[in-house]
Amino acid sequence: MRGWLRSDGRKGIRNVVAVAYLVECAHHVARQIAAGEDEAHVIGFPGCFPNPYAQKMMERLCTHPNVGAVLVVSLGCESFNRFQLEKAVAATGRPVKVLVIQNEGGTKSTIAAGRDWVRAQAAALAAAPTEPMSASDLVVGTVCGGSDGTSGITGNPAAGIAFDKLVAAGAACIFEETGELIGCEGIMEARAATPALAGEIRASVAKAARYYATLGYGSFASGNADGGLTTIEEKSLGAYMKSGQSPISGLIKPGDIPPKGGLYLMDVVPDGEVRFGFPNISDNAEIVEMMASGAHVTLFVTGRGSVVGSALAPVIKIAANPHMYARLSEDMDVNAGRVLAGEATLEEVGQEIFDLVLDVADGRQTKSEELGHREFILTYKSFDPIGPACLPV
Amino acid sequence: MPTDPRLLLLHPGDSVYVLRDQIAAGETVLVSGTAVAFAQPLGLGHKIARVAVAEGEPVIKYGAPIGRATRAIAPGDHVHLHNLASDYTPTYALEGKA
Repeated sequence: MRGWLRSDGRKGIRNVVAVAYLVECAHHVARQIAAGEDEAHVIGFPGCFPNPYAQKMMERLCTHPNVGAVLVVSLGCESFNRFQLEKAVAATGRPVKVLVIQNEGGTKSTIAAGRDWVRAQAAALAAAPTEPMSASDLVVGTVCGGSDGTSGITGNPAAGIAFDKLVAAGAACIFEETGELIGCEGIMEARAATPALAGEIRASVAKAARYYATLGYGSFASGNADGGLTTIEEKSLGAYMKSGQSPISGLIKPGDIPPKGGLYLMDVVPDGEVRFGFPNISDNAEIVEMMASGAHVTLFVTGRGSVVGSALAPVIKIAANPHMYARLSEDMDVNAGRVLAGEATLEEVGQEIFDLVLDVADGRQTKSEELGHREFILTYKSFDPIGPACLPV
Repeated sequence: MPTDPRLLLLHPGDSVYVLRDQIAAGETVLVSGTAVAFAQPLGLGHKIARVAVAEGEPVIKYGAPIGRATRAIAPGDHVHLHNLASDYTPTYALEGKA
């Protein structure tokens, strides 16, 4: 396995140019700049008003190990601090350029200037040298989306077995989300590395339960019920299976980078009073947060059949439901539904996922990469920093 | 007691089985030794009661509570939105579907 060494010591498994728009008004221009350039990935924040969470997320994403260069596209009057973002990227040694549409002469002029710069950077990145890399250099996230009654008995436990193997190999693995772990707080506490961490885990799930109760809905979509799931705690127990059996080393929030290998829970529910709406409005919001915490690859377990991928970092899609797999195999990397028919054991599927993570880290394209999926979404949130008991020493 | 092989028991303490395959409308299924007829088709991943659960009592799956029975549940009943509710937040399902 080989990767691109960055100045902070992390290694990337892809080497892309991030084209980052700082307000929705600059989105079209950013998309046009990236169009036709395979290694240019569009990310961005739509809001016009300042948000420290969004600023931190964009800084983390623009300095993600899979990113080799950054083009920032600003309209010019939005509140996002483009100066701070440029400084944060430049400090890592990555090439960075800021284009301000209001100063460049408008849409066409900015697209032309952006394309020239992106093309030159992409060519340079394609020729950049690689270094040896191992599983212990990896950060792997896991999410589930479009869950049904099979997710918790095939795909999620198989992903959990892959997580156990990755943690044993020294990787950092991140599972979430606290809003979908409501009802699991007691069993999770028992796995915490320290009693103080157990307390932090309990508090994070209690916060999620309170938050969703105020919103009036759990993290539960109508399709979940069609697939046989009845309550949020039932969905939670199935989702929890993704975490495997390793001890829980730490509790992080979006953008916190795991300091060493081990299993981490990500607390995705905002702190303070309920504001800005639902914590994560769709599955890609969760993938974006995993990437902001350094995830090189995200395992995505689906029962109903999600088709998404992501900008910046590959997504491995694991079909939990064999009937769905038969319909949507063109989008699925792994068929965990074979377990239900007795055609494979959970251990065998877990090993297959583990092996695929290493292959994808070494350059193999996932289905969603081949199909050109580059979904990305980032919205408003607010967090307090994590407490001292949250990270391993 | 004999049970249809399509019914999966996830944990010895569970009050429900999980369907590992679909059941057609009108099919009869052996649940804990009793033949139960299902008027409606059921997709895989759905739950069927293994034991009786009184109204207000927790329903157990994965060895853990997944909510409470909102009416009495008999062995062989389909367990879903009509007889089970969360202890945390209500479940939203699309209305108006056939």
